[in-house]
Amino acid sequence: MAKKAASEKLIRKGVRTDGRKPTELRNIRIDVGPLERADGSAYIEWGKNKILVAVYGPREVHPRHLARPDRAFFRCRYHMAPFSTAERKRPAPSRREIELSKVTRVALEPAIITELFPRTGIDVFIEVLQSDGGTRCAGITASSIALADAGVPMRDLVVACAAGKIDGQIVLDLNEIEDQDGEADVPVAIMPRTGGISLLQMDGILSPAEFKEALALALDGCKQVYERQKDALKGAYGQADTSMDEEGDSVGGDTHE
Amino acid sequence: MSYLIEKRTFVLPGDLLAEGDYHAGRNAFKDSNKVYASMIGLSDNVGRNVYVVALKGCYLPRAGDMVIGTVVDMRLGNWSVDINAPYEAILFTNEVLDRPFNSRREEMTGILDVGDLILAKVLSFDRTRGPALTLRESGLGKIVHGSIVRMTPTKIPRLIGRKGSMINMLTRELGCHITIGQNGVILVSGKNPKMEALTLQILHLIEAEAHTSGLTDRVTELIKQEKSGEHGEKSSE
Repeated sequence: MAKKAASEKLIRKGVRTDGRKPTELRNIRIDVGPLERADGSAYIEWGKNKILVAVYGPREVHPRHLARPDRAFFRCRYHMAPFSTAERKRPAPSRREIELSKVTRVALEPAIITELFPRTGIDVFIEVLQSDGGTRCAGITASSIALADAGVPMRDLVVACAAGKIDGQIVLDLNEIEDQDGEADVPVAIMPRTGGISLLQMDGILSPAEFKEALALALDGCKQVYERQKDALKGAYGQADTSMDEEGDSVGGDTHE
Repeated sequence: MSYLIEKRTFVLPGDLLAEGDYHAGRNAFKDSNKVYASMIGLSDNVGRNVYVVALKGCYLPRAGDMVIGTVVDMRLGNWSVDINAPYEAILFTNEVLDRPFNSRREEMTGILDVGDLILAKVLSFDRTRGPALTLRESGLGKIVHGSIVRMTPTKIPRLIGRKGSMINMLTRELGCHITIGQNGVILVSGKNPKMEALTLQILHLIEAEAHTSGLTDRVTELIKQEKSGEHGEKSSE
């Protein structure tokens, strides 16, 4: 009996099941451009989540009738590998995956300058290889890096992070167990430059005051994730000398103009 | 209040480039009176025009550009050409021949077939229709020999160098013909297969290190080394 009660506790002595403090993020590791054949790609390890994102485009849209005359057609596919969960997941897109594909698309689209490439398509493929709660946030975060890596013009990067409520306490970045046994989960995606929110969902029950607290915490988490994102891109591209000599001058020197 | 970022700073999408009376140039956009970057690259400005030199990006055709493409489809009176851009280019028969094409007497495949590589020039492009190509200029046409190297189109200007410094040096030192397509496809053809292989190797090096300083010097050094190595082999034989 006592054992069961202990296992049900998600926070014990101020420490969560995976040893984190209530307002602590999981470890995030981001790899830019792991896929050779994609136009842009990113791999993210967010705690135990492992997600691979590939971006193709701008390219011709198929089927053709989807092409828009005034902007690029933007598509997202969020998919979980059959081996990504504890129990085998059937590979066909589930109701949940279709929903997450849609919210990811809506979260990313305002950041992309689609007007520059009319009649083309930009595709984002998010493949969850291992999941441990919070995959939509990790997927959005990795997607915006992959888009930047693909050279797709963007108004801003998009970062996502979740907050939630477990054992009556508002905490940052829920993992799978906390998501399952906790009271609520609030994933948020923002564009850090303007602070615009492009994804806001809530699963569970929170009082208005608790919701405000959770949102503020999630926004704070987003800012931390944004730093990791920038570091990852700087690490991948940033060998670029800031003090380039005369030679470097001719990068894009418009010799053909 | 006015603010301008230092030249050649590494920037990410959404980074502030300038504030105040500035214009957004390439790979930049304006929001109220601030100019931001929209691509990963290096910031730069000419007067009040602030822009970003992108480190990676796709090729957007411009009239007058020299491009290398692959014929991918054929219809009556025109070919479709993949020029490594988001849009498929179109090449009409009258832009290939200097006489009218008679479909009753000759086959289009006799002129160009699917799979052929061509060196062409962009005639026009306005994003409402696919870019149109032409072969009716000297030097343009079907490519029959040489090696192809692909490079991020945004790095092509680096390969050319300031006033052609890099490309002139390469052709001079390596004795290979290097034809640059603005779409990031490069044709290398030389009499000496060894030199051709070396050229390919150097082109890959330029792509990998396009954004670092002193590249021309390093490339010159490498060519010298390789050349002397080759001579060394010959003399020992």
